[in-house]
Amino acid sequence: MDVTFKIRRRNPDLPDLAKPYWQEFLLKDVDPTDRVLEMLHRIKWEQDGSLSLRRSCAHGVCGSDAMRINGVNRLACKILIRDVGDKVQVEPILGLPVIKDLIVDMEPFFDHYKQVMPFFVNDDPLPADGRERLQTQADREQFDDTTKCILCACCTTSCPSFWANGHYVGPAAIVGAHRFIFDSRDQAGGERLDILSEPNGVWRCRTIFNCTPACPRDIEVTKAIGEVKLAIRKGTNVGIIETSAIH
Amino acid sequence: MQIHKHDAIIIGAGGAGLMAALYASQGGADVAVVSKLYPTRSHTGTAQGGIGAALGNLDEDKPIYHTYDTVKGGDYLTDQHAAKILAENAVEAVIELEHMGLPFDRTSAKRISQRRFGGHTRNFGEELVRRACHAADRTGHMILQTLYQQCIKNEVNFYDEFQVVDMIVVDGAVAGVVAIELGTGEFHIFHGKASFFASGGWGRCWSVTSNAHSLTGDGAAIALRRGVPLQDMEFFQFHPTGIYRMGILITEGVRGEGGVLINSVGERFMERYAPSAKDLASRDVVSRAIYLETRAGRSIKNRGYMHLDVRPQTVNRYFAEEGRDRADFIDESMVERKLPDILDFCRTYLGVDPVHEPMPVQPTAHYAMGGIPTNVDAEVVIDAAGRVMPGAYAAGETACVSVHGANRLGTNSLVDLVVFGRRGGMKMAEYVQGADWAPLPRDAGAEIEAEFERIRQGAGKSRPGELRQLMQETMMENVGVFRTEETLQKGIEDLAALRERFYKDLQIDDKSRVFNTDLMEAWELGCLLDLADVTARTALERKESRGAHSREDFKQRDDENWLKHSLIYQSGALSEPAYKAHFDKKVDLSLWEEEVERGLPEAQQKFRPVERVY
Repeated sequence: MDVTFKIRRRNPDLPDLAKPYWQEFLLKDVDPTDRVLEMLHRIKWEQDGSLSLRRSCAHGVCGSDAMRINGVNRLACKILIRDVGDKVQVEPILGLPVIKDLIVDMEPFFDHYKQVMPFFVNDDPLPADGRERLQTQADREQFDDTTKCILCACCTTSCPSFWANGHYVGPAAIVGAHRFIFDSRDQAGGERLDILSEPNGVWRCRTIFNCTPACPRDIEVTKAIGEVKLAIRKGTNVGIIETSAIH
Repeated sequence: MQIHKHDAIIIGAGGAGLMAALYASQGGADVAVVSKLYPTRSHTGTAQGGIGAALGNLDEDKPIYHTYDTVKGGDYLTDQHAAKILAENAVEAVIELEHMGLPFDRTSAKRISQRRFGGHTRNFGEELVRRACHAADRTGHMILQTLYQQCIKNEVNFYDEFQVVDMIVVDGAVAGVVAIELGTGEFHIFHGKASFFASGGWGRCWSVTSNAHSLTGDGAAIALRRGVPLQDMEFFQFHPTGIYRMGILITEGVRGEGGVLINSVGERFMERYAPSAKDLASRDVVSRAIYLETRAGRSIKNRGYMHLDVRPQTVNRYFAEEGRDRADFIDESMVERKLPDILDFCRTYLGVDPVHEPMPVQPTAHYAMGGIPTNVDAEVVIDAAGRVMPGAYAAGETACVSVHGANRLGTNSLVDLVVFGRRGGMKMAEYVQGADWAPLPRDAGAEIEAEFERIRQGAGKSRPGELRQLMQETMMENVGVFRTEETLQKGIEDLAALRERFYKDLQIDDKSRVFNTDLMEAWELGCLLDLADVTARTALERKESRGAHSREDFKQRDDENWLKHSLIYQSGALSEPAYKAHFDKKVDLSLWEEEVERGLPEAQQKFRPVERVY
């Protein structure tokens, strides 16, 4: 099949192309099971080498190629032509400064992530037997969903609250905090809840739910944010996630 | 050119680089991690099934069994003392990862859960053992995330999206590296007492690969161009189960959970090739079996792929035949829980649901056993006698210790990068305390800057994308699972023709500075061409079959003449390099030699090179 790509572009280096513009490319012999990323590569490798995008693993694990495809945030490597049809519009994700073509400045995104103490904290002495800390599989599964995050920014850059206020830490950072808040081995849950109860923390979330369908890892992002809100309100991370829901 | 000064420069932010960064900074060194990708994009994150360590949480296990499996898996080209260190250090390294918060799955006794994996056995091959510590089928993702998080906690300096393109050598020692800041296109010099290459593999030399687009072997190619030899380059692993045509990896953990390979006549053919380990024989064995079945006309639809079947009814039928306990039987929810990402890949890319249908799989270029030669402390060594290049370190896939020998066992890549990343980080911290700053040459960076300008001005007719595709096709066809003198000669000729076009007829569309991925991809292609070339050349010279290197014109392993490592050197201009391969580096057989010294009769010697039987 033939597929037309309409791509939002800019190149800050070239005065004529510094302002954003749309450019169309026609691709022939496209298979419905081809990935959008492969088609962007075909454009780059066969038609216009200057088309610029980030990508690496090409199967939805590294999180490099988040972009807005037909108006929805997707990883280009995890979406097939049959999912998007023969007219495909591709733009950079929203809410972060565009550097060139589909490449945005990710620094503000990672800065937000780093604000929530996204690392394991446990200052107790290590087990005397030199072995691992113990944890039940049920406790392990409490935070399983949020361990899947690949920091692709699909959720954060689909969030109207983030678009309206770039200081909001955003869904991805909250997911990053959730992963530790509900880890039975971690000890800094209280500090993270304090950080997230600040004005740019979880309360900027208006439960719009854009983040959940945007997640290429199928993390229930809005639910995770809700669990953090509940933990702040109850002043504890215990008893928030119902273990009965876990097999 | 901006100059940044740090004690230790780490190139690459995957598992090996981050591990080295953590331990070097804890050892007091001022560390900078320079990476062409944001750290969490690194390929360690795609590792699926597990990390091997003889914790013995579910089955009796010992590091010496892991050592034996690693040596045997490597078809005896593995350096035995290094394998012993790997297996012994694996236990503490995995425990340390858990202490850093890594969310391993748990056993009913609340300990780290473990699963079976190809070639991992108890008591010197007696039976398969549960050794692979796992977090669902995204163990690598958890390792990468955990290490990155710990680096944030420890305030490690990161230079994200800075691509290292050259190394600065002064009087035989490394004084730092040259990098391009991708966002601006500017060159920067990183002046360091030590430089640590953790820049990953080069699976993108082949057309069907599990490797990320970014795995272009930059670090290995840079070292090669600056006089460092590469070791054992003829050994490149094809993983037996990549998704048909796409190459995306389907973890060996699928077979670890009971999945089986089935040919077009419905036969579990691995029973014929490896009567004992069957589907969990080592990867080289299984990949060859798939090719042989294909040649015999038994691939599915005659298209060169097999079915990988993990449907509970299939798995349980074979479990019953083997007399396994009913408690081991699996059901759909277990498959969902243990292999969520695999199911997601198949559903997304194939429209196939592995719970109800078998998956179409074929061998996929996966892992470089060879690379920058190092000793067990990740110090780069530059000759057969093990002479260290001062200030140079390497670990992970880009390095060759050699613990993987001629064929790497599943899970051992993750073990390699945590064990030798850690050892190298510690060693480097020690080194920079005593070392002086080598003065930078006045023209540092000038040569590589000129080379980039040459590429940028490319106004010929050959697009990098086309040349890369031709290279990948010839490597797949001629330097793949099976090789002969004829195919290897053909590969070398094709590569020479591509090199000619790359240096004389290149076309670059993007002449700008900011994020010029056209330019970077072209330069990366140059790296791949060098690495493809040395792979084909060492493969041509090694006239035997061993591990992943299968010569159809020399089918037998030949320990008398070829139980030794290769080292290949490059010299001359990039456009017309000269190569010299040496086969004079001895394989360390120290564990076997100890057995002989202790007077063990041959039948009781475990580390004597013998024919591999799975």
